[in-house]
Amino acid sequence: MPVNMFLIFGIGLAVGFLSGMFGIGGGFLLTPMLIFLGIPPVVAVATVSTHISASMFSGSVAYWRRKALDPALAAMLIGGGILGTFGGVWLISVLRSIGQIDLVLGIAYFSLLGIVGGLMVVESARAITRSRQGGPADLRRPGSHAWFHGLPFKVRFKQSRIYVSVIPIWVLGFITGLLGAMMGVGGGFMLVPALIYLFRVPTSVVIGTAMMIQLVTMSMATVMHAFTNHSVDVVLALLLMVGGVTGAQFGARAGQRIRSEQLRLLLGLLVLLVGLRFALVLVIEPANLYSLQISEAGP
Amino acid sequence: MTRRTSSIAIIAGAALLACTATASAERLVVSLSTHRVVIASNFAGADLTLFGAIEQDAASVGRAGGGHNVVVTIIGPRQTTVTWRKDRVFGLWVNASSRTFVDVPSYLAVLSNRPLSAIASADSRQHLRLGLQDYPLAQRRGGKVVTSKFDDPYRQAFVQLKTEQQLFHEQANAVTFITPMLFRASIPLPANVAVGVYEVEARLFADGVVVARENTAFEIVKSGAAQFIAEAARDHSLLYGFAAMLLAFFTGWLGSVVFRRD
Repeated sequence: MPVNMFLIFGIGLAVGFLSGMFGIGGGFLLTPMLIFLGIPPVVAVATVSTHISASMFSGSVAYWRRKALDPALAAMLIGGGILGTFGGVWLISVLRSIGQIDLVLGIAYFSLLGIVGGLMVVESARAITRSRQGGPADLRRPGSHAWFHGLPFKVRFKQSRIYVSVIPIWVLGFITGLLGAMMGVGGGFMLVPALIYLFRVPTSVVIGTAMMIQLVTMSMATVMHAFTNHSVDVVLALLLMVGGVTGAQFGARAGQRIRSEQLRLLLGLLVLLVGLRFALVLVIEPANLYSLQISEAGP
Repeated sequence: MTRRTSSIAIIAGAALLACTATASAERLVVSLSTHRVVIASNFAGADLTLFGAIEQDAASVGRAGGGHNVVVTIIGPRQTTVTWRKDRVFGLWVNASSRTFVDVPSYLAVLSNRPLSAIASADSRQHLRLGLQDYPLAQRRGGKVVTSKFDDPYRQAFVQLKTEQQLFHEQANAVTFITPMLFRASIPLPANVAVGVYEVEARLFADGVVVARENTAFEIVKSGAAQFIAEAARDHSLLYGFAAMLLAFFTGWLGSVVFRRD
């Protein structure tokens, strides 16, 4: 696949910068960018998994050193995550064989980016108006009991100081793994809010725990995509990883200095635009109704 | 290997000529500028040059000077390719139907010194499978493999898309006569060519019929590192996956060491 190496490195750098600045994995921006560049979706999804493994490893090391993660909770989430990853990789190979990968990824990305971008825009717009009115920009809602606190198989996670059923935890892990392997995203945008707002895990351990889970699901996804779909491109992955890891460092430094609400609003709008692009491809009549897909090399 | 094939072709050609009453004793000699193209990571396409000479004896000399036409056909390694057609389903454009083209050339170039229609009649073009239009492409239709009809929309779309990717190529001025007996053809290889053996067949036409033909071949290979990676990904996919994972861990660890802040 002939694509410009410097362009790929630059995209890795830019997405890395954003991810460092906002503390996001960046997969939900990186995978669409690669698809828009013309890289086959199967390859983009698999290769970004490798990229996310690298940045999650980098992050996990730092949180592990500070003991800012909950290994017991992570292990439980990883259990569901591995099952989900298997499911996601299998779905991708099925979708590829029936030629519907563009359709399903398009819908999935449009929905995901629509929700994430929409929430970011609403949340940052609220924060901006709050700070204009003189109140504190960052507000936490008080805790409450949700329906799933009544489920059986309750386990106490000491480090997170929570006592919950393992069922919703496995479900959360499963969804993270499934979406991650299918869409080439880490799933942090979903894990972190779920752990904070639903399970009331203290923020001090949330990020580290989420990184640990994504590290495992994404590296599993790398191995399984390579094995099942032969779709991991290590050269592409290496370019992205080096760009991404470097960009993330500068992004993190820049993020500490500038006001984040306006930037979050901009990022939210960017995410919405990318999601819209997926929808347009599906809705607008294509210039050429036909497309080619090489299914196997000949004898 | 290449030389042996071409000498066999010469013998076959000579035998063919011997048993055709009207045949004149032209002979075709061709040579490629290279028999091996190496694709490295910065490969942006290449142009190969084919040189050819027409040898004549007393019987055919009278035809010299404008009577000769040359068609060079290059056929790349074969692939099975699915052509999808999108249709509107619930307002969305979705891949709705497909045809599978079985073992069709991944690359097909037909180069000539003038338009094919000026070289041979429609019947003989079809008979000789001359040009993109008349090259047979096999389709899988419910278990059977059949040659797709020329006006099949899937076939037309396949050829059109391949042409857009510069993998199918028909050019009526790609063969240049340097002297009446000596010609040159430029073979364009785009950046997305598949690796494998490319067969080259040069056919010499006089008065609309083939009077001589000659085969040769070249090979496209990946450079050492690229070849190693491609083979590993295909033949040792599990190990390859674990290697990719370890590479990710190493890159991540390196990043955390290099940029360590605490």
